Amino acid sequence: MIEARGLTKMFGDKKAVDELSFIVHPGMVTGFLGPNGAGKSTTMRLILGLDRPTDGVALINGRPYAQATAPMRQVGAVLDAKDVHGGRSARAHLRALAQSNSLPASRVDDVLDLTGMTEVASKRIKGFSLGMSQRVGIAAAMLGDPEILMFDEPVNGLDPEGIVWIRTFMRSLAARGRTVFVSSHLMSEMALTADHLIVIGRGRLLADTSTDDFISENSAARVRVRSPQQQDLARVLAERGAVVDRVEGYLELSGLRTEEVGDLAAEHQLTIHELFQQRSSLEDAFMELTGESVEYHAGSAPHAPAPPVSAQQ
Amino acid sequence: MTAVTGAVPDQAELPDSHGATLAAAVRSEWTKFFSVRSTMWALISTFVFTVGFAALVSWGVSTSYGQMSAQDRASFDATGTSLVGLTFSQLVIAVLGVLMISTEYSTGGIRGTFTAVPRRLRVLLAKAIVLAVVALAIGLLSCFTAFYVGQLFFASKHIEAHLGDPQVFRAVVGGGLYVAACALFGLAVGTVLRHTAGAVTATIALLIVVPPLTLLLPGRWGDAITRYFTSNAGQRIGEVVHTTNALGPWTGYAVFTAEWAAVLLLGAVLLVRRDA
Repeated sequence: MIEARGLTKMFGDKKAVDELSFIVHPGMVTGFLGPNGAGKSTTMRLILGLDRPTDGVALINGRPYAQATAPMRQVGAVLDAKDVHGGRSARAHLRALAQSNSLPASRVDDVLDLTGMTEVASKRIKGFSLGMSQRVGIAAAMLGDPEILMFDEPVNGLDPEGIVWIRTFMRSLAARGRTVFVSSHLMSEMALTADHLIVIGRGRLLADTSTDDFISENSAARVRVRSPQQQDLARVLAERGAVVDRVEGYLELSGLRTEEVGDLAAEHQLTIHELFQQRSSLEDAFMELTGESVEYHAGSAPHAPAPPVSAQQ
Repeated sequence: MTAVTGAVPDQAELPDSHGATLAAAVRSEWTKFFSVRSTMWALISTFVFTVGFAALVSWGVSTSYGQMSAQDRASFDATGTSLVGLTFSQLVIAVLGVLMISTEYSTGGIRGTFTAVPRRLRVLLAKAIVLAVVALAIGLLSCFTAFYVGQLFFASKHIEAHLGDPQVFRAVVGGGLYVAACALFGLAVGTVLRHTAGAVTATIALLIVVPPLTLLLPGRWGDAITRYFTSNAGQRIGEVVHTTNALGPWTGYAVFTAEWAAVLLLGAVLLVRRDA
């Protein structure tokens, strides 16, 4: 179990993490979601004791991580896959880590096997692709076969096959009772992987909820309708209990289906020029939630097509 | 890369171990130290510089001994002259000390190191132990070889020193001790500064550029600073004939030890306080 209590980290006078409190439970994948620069990596470093919190505490199984006697049995973390001395072979890198926690040398072969890196184990890490480096990082995290696993943006740099692999891997860890805490800035990726979501923006907690709840709450269908008699139509719809907004020349409403809106308009002899259902995607819901907290906006291009998310299926 | 299923085996039956002890950290640092190429190159260079300069300078001195003044002959130090290569090898070994910690920062490996062993002072202590042992070993090997090579040349003029002569054994062992101290000095500076280029520059400046420049300082304070300054103090342990105005061999070594220890202590404080 990972616990953050009032975790705060200042860099100069900038708050990177702002009074974050949450609990990450075992037996499930917890997604740590937020736009780039939201403070996800900093929070993970605080949990691991790599950065000192300005205020608050981070606890692993009730104790600060720095006090762990067998750290690698408790926690395995993959922060930045390139955070490794490239001059060493994968095997030497893993052997040194295993030795630091008195783990048997056989674990090195086990984790090389687990990550499919056995054949390249004697090669120097310098020449590895980002995907291979990710696997070395995962191998290192698994050396102590820890109860808690933390991954910072693990799908970055992975090919589609690798993405499916790590998704399956994390789900199977959780299924075996481990605590899996994984950060991402991709809602769609988390929707496929995480059971629970902790959403942050600008260092602040925005949501702490199950993925199912998050989806049903945030992807409600909305109806859009355009009419030359916009005023009258809005009044009629509101009388029927719909919540009506004016968006981009349309009336946007929730609480009524398209059929009901059409029937209602006919009943009152109101002309309709357009009527359709708008299903907001999870990505939209996420953007709406974090919109105000995004650190760097990409100019004003509200209708820019979302970049394709690789390997959804 | 072979395709893997991503299935996780059941929690491994790991034997109960003592976890992240100091001994474990030392083993880990030993593996890390010898699994990068720069280490072997630095150790070989230390040996080659120490022994190579011993041969070169001893040959030169023995051929020109006939032309030397009586005064120069009186202050001739057969042991100290054979260890003259330490002037260069001290830098090589000090840079190795710097790299031992600075590459952890330049590569980002420090985060993996501190995740595996969150007690940071244990990591630093383990590094210091591994470095001290290896540097002392290569220092002793280099100095004894350099001593014998030097005496081979001096023997032709019958001016050679013997290990059994007063102070000689101490001076040769002292050369090895000085190499170890230089390595730890580099580790200390690297721990404080963290950046390879800055730490290497600072180490070279403090060990060989600034010490002779301190002679320019005026007055009694200037003399004191000269005597106590890093290598000016530390190198005295490799001499048999006492340099005028310098500290004694063990006093000088103790001063240099206190200096690197103070820098390492500062590094330790910063290591614990700073974000990794």
